[in-house]
Formats: sequence, structure tokens, C-alpha cells
Amino acid sequence: MGEMEQMKKEAEALKTQIEAARKAAHDTDMASAASGVAPAPRVQLKTRRTLKGHLAKIYAMHWCTDNRLMVSASQDGKLLIWDSHTGNKVNAVPLKSSWVMTCAYAPSGNLVASGGLDNMCTVYNLKTPVIKTVKELDAHTGYLSCARFLSDTEILTSSGDTTCVLWDLETGKQKTVFLNHVGDCMCLSLSPDMNSFVSGACDSLAKLWDIRDGQCKQTFQGHTSDINAISFYPSGNAIITGSDDCTCKMYDIRADQEVISYQDAALNSGVTSLDLSASGRLIFAGYDDFNCNIWDSLKGEKVGVLSGHDNRVSCTGVPGDGMCVCTGSWDSFLKIWN
Amino acid sequence: MARDMSDKDILKMELEQLQKEVKNTREPVSKTAKEICEWVEAQSAEDPLIKGVPEDKNPFKEKGGCIIT
Repeated sequence: MGEMEQMKKEAEALKTQIEAARKAAHDTDMASAASGVAPAPRVQLKTRRTLKGHLAKIYAMHWCTDNRLMVSASQDGKLLIWDSHTGNKVNAVPLKSSWVMTCAYAPSGNLVASGGLDNMCTVYNLKTPVIKTVKELDAHTGYLSCARFLSDTEILTSSGDTTCVLWDLETGKQKTVFLNHVGDCMCLSLSPDMNSFVSGACDSLAKLWDIRDGQCKQTFQGHTSDINAISFYPSGNAIITGSDDCTCKMYDIRADQEVISYQDAALNSGVTSLDLSASGRLIFAGYDDFNCNIWDSLKGEKVGVLSGHDNRVSCTGVPGDGMCVCTGSWDSFLKIWN
Repeated sequence: MARDMSDKDILKMELEQLQKEVKNTREPVSKTAKEICEWVEAQSAEDPLIKGVPEDKNPFKEKGGCIIT
């Protein structure tokens, strides 16, 4: 038997073993375990702000840890920093490349980052008298799909080149390359304790990584198409994913498997983005059909919808204090709801 | 980077990952799901998007209207 045939045979045997172990742990599912939980109230949120300023599709947004400022990125070639309370634009950062796909706010509020089809992650200092580019992180061989700061000195990126990378912002060099996906990495989410992160990719898998040792610890299957959105559950022991297969799923980290799927026969649009309310009870998922659907994460039921955008909802974000949810769209507007 | 790898190298990478993951311990869903529910229920009481935000405490309440001094 050829070497490759031998390896394939061994891989199949291991997959069968893993499935058996997962099945043995699957003595119930989340909806059944949550049968005693009181239903979530019907959620009716109003648009409190419509932020107008971008001139083209919005691709990403991210809240600052002060729960007030936010950064948004549009293919009009700008990052805009907004004061969500007043609705005013605080800063505009012109981008060298307008093909932006992601943006991020550093926890300190000092830096923001952007990246996209230029394959680079560019970091800007907002606190200098004139906003300055402080680093251009240039080593990915594919588009930058997502970026998240750990601090002012470290940032994590995911790329169409199938890798995620931890960068040292002082040297501008890669510290760790996380290689295990076999499809474009589309999204990432840091764990609450910042020791690990999860990534979602076009290979329809989500992977859990140890930031410090660079190893992939767990792989979650179940989706049948690209995973575009991912978030750690606030408790730190589950993750929520959103996919082009039109479903969102919760994967339980300790049971190492899918425990509930959020789907509806009437929904046949892909999920573009998602975020969770402060307790994790509500999932806000943006879809290609211009809506953001609200799911009860424990019972799997749809409990509300945010309608108001005239094009695809491309990004969704709940600030750290959970006081609202922001949606961004290809219609060029951001809306704040609560 | 997986794009530059040969089919054989990709298979080797997948096999090595499976060899690691087969050793993971898995806890029963009945235990882990229950703990997630308990955690969420405890936090829900203070979740602004579930309990609602009172108008006077809402930083995003609609602007406008007159102030009579």
C-alpha cells in the first residue's frame, strides 16, 4: 500500500474513533438541557442611531473597550472612528488600499488596525497629533480577513492564505504562525482569558488554538460550507459559529462537539457576522438577506429580528458592557439598536 | 500556506492533528450544557439587552426635544 494510502487509512480510523468518543459524550443536547430554562423574552429593539458617513459598502466594525467609540471600515477607502453616543465622527483614517475586509480597536484605545486584499495588516496610532501608520504587517500570502489586538504590542490576524498569525507590534515580525486549516481563514475570536483563540475557515471547520504554544487543540465539524463568523461564548467554554450554510452552531469545548444548531427552513441566506449579548443568551447574527436575526442561544429559537438595512448586514458588534448592538451593512450605514 | 503544501504534506498534517485530538478527553454534554445554562441564567438578570435599558439610563436614547428652563 502506498504511503499516502496508508496515511488515509490511518486518518479514517482516527476519525471513526473520535466520532465514537463524541457520540459517547452526547448523552443529551443543549435544547434538551435547557428545557427547564425560562424562555427568553421576545426581543424588540429599536434603532437608536443611524450613522451616515461612509460612501460605499461597510465590511467591518469593532467597538472600543470604552463602550462608546467604535471603528468601521468601508470600501470607500476609509476607517471612521465614531462616538456612538453623539453619532459624530471623531476621526477618519484614509487607507492606502480601499479593499478593506477587517478593522480592529486595541483594548487601550490607542491603536486601530485594518487589512484586506492588500494581504497586509496596517496599524495606526490614534493618539499622535496627526494619525500615523505605525506598522505594516506584511507576510501573509493571502487576504487579511480578520484582526484582533491582544494589547498594544501583539495582534492576531487570520488570512485567506489558510493561516492565522500572532505578530509582535514592536518588531513588526511574526511571532507564531498557526497552520492547520486547509481553506481560507475567515474569522477569529479571542477567549475571555486571552490564552486561546478560535478560527473559522472555508474548509467548514472551526479550530481552537493555544496562543502561546501555537498548537491546534481541537477541531469542530458540522458546518457544510464556509464559516464566516465566530465568537467565544462569554463563559469561555463554548463557541458560536455562523456559516454560508445558513446556520449558526454552538460547539461545546469540553464535550468537543456541536450541541445545538440555529436554523430555520425559511432562512436560505448565509450568515456573515455574529455577536453575543453580555450573558450569551442572545445571538445577533447578520445575514445576506439584509436582516439580523436574534436567537436564544440555549433553546435554539429565533426570538427577534433587526430589520432596517437595505443591503446585506456585513458586521455585527455588541460593546463590552452589552448596552446595545451595532449592525453595519453594504448599504453604507451603521445602526445602533437597543 | 496550506496552498504551497503538497497533497502528501497536507495529509501528513491532518494525520498528525488527528493523532493529537484522539487523545482529548470529552465530558458528557449533560454536565457541560447544564453548566452553560446555569452560567447564562445567572448573568441574564444583568444583561441589558434582555432586561431592557431604562430610557433615563440609555446613552443611545433618541436625541431631540426641547428643554424648558
